Amino acid sequence: MASLITVQNVSKSYWREKIEIPVLNNITINVEQGEFLALMGPSGSGKTTLLNLIAGIDKPSNGNIIVNGTDISSLGESALAKWRANNVGFIFQFYNLIPVLSAFENVELPLLLTKLSKAQRKKQVETALTLVGLGDRMHHSPKQLSGGQEQRVAIARAIVTDPVLLVADEPTGDLDRHSAEEILTLMERLNKEYQKTIIMVTHDPHAAERAKLVKHLEKGDLVGA
Amino acid sequence: MKILKLIFANALRHKLRTSLTVIGIAIAVIAFGVLRTVVTVWDSSVDAAAANRLITRQAVSFIFPLPYAYKEKILNVDGVKNVSFANWFGGVYKDKNNFFARLCVDAETIFDVMQEFLITPEELANFKKERNACVIGQDIATQYNIKVGDQMVLEGDIFPGRWEFVVRGIYKPKNKNTDDTQMLFHWTYVDERMKVESPTRAGNVGWYIVLINDANKAAEISEGIDAIFKNSSAETKTETEKAFTQGFVSASGAIITAMNFMSFVIIGIIMLVLANTMIMAARERTREYAVLKTLGFSAFHLVGLILGESLVIALIGGGVGITLTYPIVAGFEQAMPKGFFPFFFIEPITTIIAMSAAILIGILASIFPIQRALKTNIVDGFRFVG
Repeated sequence: MASLITVQNVSKSYWREKIEIPVLNNITINVEQGEFLALMGPSGSGKTTLLNLIAGIDKPSNGNIIVNGTDISSLGESALAKWRANNVGFIFQFYNLIPVLSAFENVELPLLLTKLSKAQRKKQVETALTLVGLGDRMHHSPKQLSGGQEQRVAIARAIVTDPVLLVADEPTGDLDRHSAEEILTLMERLNKEYQKTIIMVTHDPHAAERAKLVKHLEKGDLVGA
Repeated sequence: MKILKLIFANALRHKLRTSLTVIGIAIAVIAFGVLRTVVTVWDSSVDAAAANRLITRQAVSFIFPLPYAYKEKILNVDGVKNVSFANWFGGVYKDKNNFFARLCVDAETIFDVMQEFLITPEELANFKKERNACVIGQDIATQYNIKVGDQMVLEGDIFPGRWEFVVRGIYKPKNKNTDDTQMLFHWTYVDERMKVESPTRAGNVGWYIVLINDANKAAEISEGIDAIFKNSSAETKTETEKAFTQGFVSASGAIITAMNFMSFVIIGIIMLVLANTMIMAARERTREYAVLKTLGFSAFHLVGLILGESLVIALIGGGVGITLTYPIVAGFEQAMPKGFFPFFFIEPITTIIAMSAAILIGILASIFPIQRALKTNIVDGFRFVG
């Protein structure tokens, strides 16, 4: 299979009050198209930072990240924003839905940046919400949904633009066991049936079992790579 | 449309906070509107002055009279078209709180020089031929429900005694800022009684109203008039009507300046209130802005969201304030002694300034939250705990 993501010699450090804190050390990793990769490791190991770098919401201190043929480490803020809108779907631990918008409107948000007509947007939003099993809750506000349902709305928002890559940061971290299973099953289905490449950060070994490939990070290094 | 909906939804997210801010802006706009109205009404008496009219008064002080005999001499000065005169009568009409100007005037000429007082030829003729006739402004007629033919009785103070008049005309204002709160009656009627009751006060007028042919020659004509009476027992000071009125207004200059200053201080204070609301709102939404950035929304979109919300609150507050300013100004006028201000209305410029100020406040109040939202990177935004 072709490599969708190539991470070459990537390092990342943060500066806190003139002190450099290294978070990732010379990481090199390839992720193939259609992969379901789980990144595991203890707190502070750099797994979320690596996920952020691959998703284009942070920039490496050194090295290159090529996703779907684009060297995103060389893109400016504006170009990177457009790239994210076209290529990446995001699933967060705390769902991060906009509370004043309905489920439908939350899912529609990324499509407002496209040139799709209102009718086309409606069709895509309904498709995404139906796919995550919330076709009957489209006009509910986040307050009227359970945690698991909110996360499914977030997944619908992540897939509505049909991105090549889905990134998930602890997607089950705030859910009960039953809801977590539902979310993981949904992600598995997106990977298998819709060939979405997924990178998931998790603490939970049970969640990681659903991934095809698991990588461990410790103190900024890939372990056993 | 969805972005607009998000702007409105964000503005109404904390209904109590938004309501208090809107009320604060509305109160500030009302205060601004009322203060500016007082200031503009004060100033508009100067603006209403005709450019081709001069006022000749006693050089020492306005309160000292001038001889009636000056009229013909002034009329003979080059460039003078017509001359009329008036005298402050004072007096009380029914109640001392009923305040309006009562003037004894030269009935033959007053409406020739005061051409902004519109009166029908028939009423003017009736006024001229009856000694105790008077003409009142339309506003007086409305306020006191007086019709042509009614009697008006004044209790004199400067000119003691009971003075009875018959209303023979009601003049209408030509312009919005024309004073239609004056009562005008025959100087001769008063003077004849003075000749009997207080002879030393007879034959005097308060000031001359001089109509000139060319407003550009006002200075030259003024000098010409004053030169005639130089070294006389009653020297004159002639100036344009505007300068004459300005003299009255400038006596209250410090108060007006303070009111002007306060009206803009109020705008400044409310800007800080709205800025505080917007800073709190933007701070609470740090994670949401990070989400929007993650989804690909640009700085332009975030600026639109924050600026839009700030403008929505400012415009609602401004709109409510301006809407309420009209009845409040009307109530303010009612609460003042009748006729205290000859005219009292909200100038369109006051409404425009108030609304522009609300828009400006909306823009300025959003600057800091916008700067903060744009400066915070996505990773820090997600880490933010509000």
